[in-house]
Amino acid sequence: MIPRTLEKTVERAMRTFPAVLIIGPRQSGKTTLLRILATLSRPTSGLVRVAAYQLPQAEADLRNHLGLVSHQPLLYGDLTAEENLQFFSKLYSISEDRIREVLDIVGLVKRKDDLVRNFSRGMQQRLAIGRAILHNPQILLLDEPYTGLDQEAGEILDSLLLGNAREGRTVLMTSHNLVRAANLATRVDLLSRGRITASVPTSQLGSKDLIEFYREGLRGGGPV
Amino acid sequence: MRSYLRAVGAVIWKDFRAEWRNRENLSAMLVFALLVILIFNFALELDLQARASLSAGVLWTTFIFAGTIGLNRSLAVEKDRGCLDGLLLAPVDRSVIFFGKAIGNLAFMLLVEAIVLPVFNFLYGLNVFQPGFLGVVVLGSIGYAAVGTLLSTMVVQARTRDILLPILLFPLTLPVVIAAVKASQGFFQNLPLGEFSVWINLLVAYDLIFIAVAFMVFDYVLED
Amino acid sequence: MKAKPKVLTGLDFLSAVMVLIAAGLVFFYAPVEVQMGAVQKVFYFHVATAWVGMLGFLVAAVAGVFYLRRNEVRWDIIGVSAVEISLVFFLIAIIMGSIWARPIWNTWWTWDPRLTTAAIVELIYAAYMLLRSGVDDPERRARFSAIYAIFGFISVPLTFISIRLLRTIHPVVIGGAEAASQGGFNMGPSMQWVFFFSLVAFSVFFADLLWHRIRLGELKSAVESLRVKAFQEGM
Repeated sequence: MIPRTLEKTVERAMRTFPAVLIIGPRQSGKTTLLRILATLSRPTSGLVRVAAYQLPQAEADLRNHLGLVSHQPLLYGDLTAEENLQFFSKLYSISEDRIREVLDIVGLVKRKDDLVRNFSRGMQQRLAIGRAILHNPQILLLDEPYTGLDQEAGEILDSLLLGNAREGRTVLMTSHNLVRAANLATRVDLLSRGRITASVPTSQLGSKDLIEFYREGLRGGGPV
Repeated sequence: MRSYLRAVGAVIWKDFRAEWRNRENLSAMLVFALLVILIFNFALELDLQARASLSAGVLWTTFIFAGTIGLNRSLAVEKDRGCLDGLLLAPVDRSVIFFGKAIGNLAFMLLVEAIVLPVFNFLYGLNVFQPGFLGVVVLGSIGYAAVGTLLSTMVVQARTRDILLPILLFPLTLPVVIAAVKASQGFFQNLPLGEFSVWINLLVAYDLIFIAVAFMVFDYVLED
Repeated sequence: MKAKPKVLTGLDFLSAVMVLIAAGLVFFYAPVEVQMGAVQKVFYFHVATAWVGMLGFLVAAVAGVFYLRRNEVRWDIIGVSAVEISLVFFLIAIIMGSIWARPIWNTWWTWDPRLTTAAIVELIYAAYMLLRSGVDDPERRARFSAIYAIFGFISVPLTFISIRLLRTIHPVVIGGAEAASQGGFNMGPSMQWVFFFSLVAFSVFFADLLWHRIRLGELKSAVESLRVKAFQEGM
């Protein structure tokens, strides 16, 4: 179990780098970092500020602007796709029209009356993405979103993420799928044993450089 | 305030909708309750004389055991597929989860009790349809559901979750059981209300105190 | 590593002495009660240990509140120490009660309300220990223990009130006297003396044990932090 210490104030420079990819070996704390930013966990020490929101005081406000896609779909198996979205729309005070819109974006309109427990992993993940963008969050956090996705679902996710960056939303993503994810990101950070040891804008990286960057960073490139 | 109530309503609606799909939880509770009554019937060999004084005890024991099953399942659903995180991400107060789940649990308990009572009446000829007695059933169930919901939310995050809930819950809810049984006996034996109204007062006091404490403490149960 | 404070050594000595004196007083100074005979002398230690057992629960509940508000590990250590020690003290109280009961009521145990409550209270704290063993994450464990300690402590007066409402055969020595209770007796002045001294002696003893146990807990916690640090540094 990794201790939850963030060494310094973690501040994402959102304006300059709207889509950040965080890579790192297993147990480096990627999921923990995302959970802390999503207000699901509290760090055992250190301060966290997300955009203008100082945590933990402004947690409740921040949640209005956050969407999370994690490895688990966060969906109810015994409800249909539509009912799941209906439930979350009530919690976020979203109108019902948006549900239709979201189902359309993730390509699940035809399956809206099917129970989620009968969905494939790819479909569940698509619906999970739908749930995450239901309330049009300014910040989207994704934890290994490509895991278990089929081709179609992967493409939907790609276009979604590209669209986000264009619309000025911030995306923070962790992924093992280095090349694919790096194509969508504007910056790549390397997390190792709970610290960000290297960071580089993708404009300065070619795909071969990315793998070098990863290896280099793991050898201990020093704190940023 | 309205969005708060809407959120609580949403949680309750979700649980009802999901339960209605396959009614697994309800049938499990119901079958278990009837089995317990059957076992008591043979184990205690209730004769007519003994019935009046023992039946209240048998009834409440049945409710308690059936209630535990419902409580466990209700929170297990949230643990499945990580749904609890979905609730925690929503921009609603944590207490919404408490009240939503507790009211849902209470409703399921009452539903099961509503079916078990006529069966009891049929088997043992006890007049269970007195409004006073039904009031006691509701009061006792409220206290049990409130403490049970809080504890099951805790327990579902522990490793030994299956056995832990009854161990933690039963000692704490003993006052409810004692008071509910004494008050029920009063109604069954047609005693004048003044003689046993103190037990009803105790039930009300317990409900108020524990709902208040559970409300105050619930945030800490879900903090991570 | 912090050395054992001199005050603690002093407290060790003091509590040992006081308990010995209390025992001496009970056996040699306190008069033999007319109706019950020598067995009544169990009363002094029985009430003292029961009192201390309840005190421990109060400490655990307060520590629980402090832990939730301040999130400092030491409150969790205080809480579990108090519960562990009280568990044992209360058990001793129950056993002594049985010893007293046997000749007086002719039975080791009865399901009368006060005894039943004592059993319940003991079970709540056993449940607390089981809860702790079922949660692996230390922070979560501390939080849950704090919550349960608070709940447990609040349920006790409610359970106690349900006793007072039911007729009881347990002697109500301090407070109202009920016609239905057997085994009540009046405490003469020398008895009162011994009684209060025992109470104080056992409280001191409790404080001593608590301090030792807290130290043990803190050392354990220090070891754990070192281990975590070592992991982080990749040793």
